[in-house]
Amino acid sequence: MGFEVLLKGQNMARLIEGLGVALRISAISVSVSIFLGIVLGVVMTSKNPVVRFVSAVYLEIVRIMPQMVLLFLVFFGATKALGLRIEAEFASILVFSFWGTAEMADLVRGAVKSIPVIQYESSEALGLSRLQTYVYVILPQVVRRLIPLSINLITRMIKTTSLVMMIGIVEVLKVGQQIIEANRKSSPNAAFAVFATIFVLYFFACWPFSCLSKYLEKKWEN
Amino acid sequence: MDEILKIEQLKKSFDDLSVLDGIDLSVKKGEVVVIVGPSGCGKSTFLRCLNGLEDIQEGRVSLESEVINPVSKSTVNARKKIGMVFQSYDLFPHKTILQNITLAPMKVHKRKKAEAEGEALQLLERVGLVSKKDNYPRQLSGGQKQRVAIVRALMMHPEVLLFDEVTAALDPEMVREVLEVILSLAKEGRTMLIVTHEMAFAKAVADRIIFMDGGKIIEQGTPDDIFEHPKTERLQSFLKTFTYDR
Repeated sequence: MGFEVLLKGQNMARLIEGLGVALRISAISVSVSIFLGIVLGVVMTSKNPVVRFVSAVYLEIVRIMPQMVLLFLVFFGATKALGLRIEAEFASILVFSFWGTAEMADLVRGAVKSIPVIQYESSEALGLSRLQTYVYVILPQVVRRLIPLSINLITRMIKTTSLVMMIGIVEVLKVGQQIIEANRKSSPNAAFAVFATIFVLYFFACWPFSCLSKYLEKKWEN
Repeated sequence: MDEILKIEQLKKSFDDLSVLDGIDLSVKKGEVVVIVGPSGCGKSTFLRCLNGLEDIQEGRVSLESEVINPVSKSTVNARKKIGMVFQSYDLFPHKTILQNITLAPMKVHKRKKAEAEGEALQLLERVGLVSKKDNYPRQLSGGQKQRVAIVRALMMHPEVLLFDEVTAALDPEMVREVLEVILSLAKEGRTMLIVTHEMAFAKAVADRIIFMDGGKIIEQGTPDDIFEHPKTERLQSFLKTFTYDR
């Protein structure tokens, strides 16, 4: 089945290192996205028509464009057109944050909007101040709605980082290809073993998030 | 009896649509005022103006000496003395019944947790819901939720209680358990303004009934005046909608 290639030399260690690259890109992009997404999401709940129009356009662009096109546009396009020299890893963090921020902001906007007006009113009718209303009544409910959804976004972002090999970043998938290429003669079946291993690696990278999301959903069922 | 709540020449409109058109009303301490009228006559909006949930265009609402509306800094303070129960379930879904009831006393009045919980349990006992103290709102029936909402308002020791169609969203068999609680509060001598469609209840609980239509007070008086001797044609035709002839 070709699993022996994984035991050769540093192959397994290189795969894990490749996963590390993918996870580093995701971790930075996810952090940026969550932070900017929360800020933008709150801004998007504004009634100002200009704010709403601009954010709607931004969201649509992100939704319509395949992430790979964005990646090429930034990495190759910007380099050529603007004469900027952007590191591949920086370009991918830029693109994933651009995408993640839009998605996160939309989740935040939806979660804030989903809290009925009566929750604000009954809290204020009890004499709580605006700030107390947010801290004790609104935000806890927003967070409860938001966390399972944003965890889902995180796992999607981790999976999508496999695209960065297209702009030459040596992440787990690229390492896998290199191993297969290098051992084409000695282990012609290496492809199955290598990709199966990558599958398992991705699974263990995303699975804990998925478990956490299920756990929180159950815990907050009330 | 002393006057506690005073409404002078209150006018309210949503954009161009006038909803309340010059309302004057003075409520005495311990008085139970029931407001009735056809849907859309402005009675719910009127109640919401009384604790500053709606801003007004003209006039004034004041509780004792504090101005509530037009909304200003003193509104937040005066609001603490007014309890309100709404039509739809306004309990906080992420908190248990006990937490729902003790949140405002602890955060607004800075009362100690144990002391607030002590009073909460007594009040829950009174409305027959002590056993539900650790449940979440969604585990309760509509009538139970509304009784909890009443307890939550009582915990702030309000001088005036506002009830905005509190039984309108309930199944008929649950209406009574909620209205009984309000009746018992009336017997205690609490000052209350109640908007309702339950005419039999209005008759039983009210010291004074206000009939509103088109954003104005058309007629007011004792339950006997209103139900047995309605003067205006508008009130007569409104009351007819509750009776059936064959």
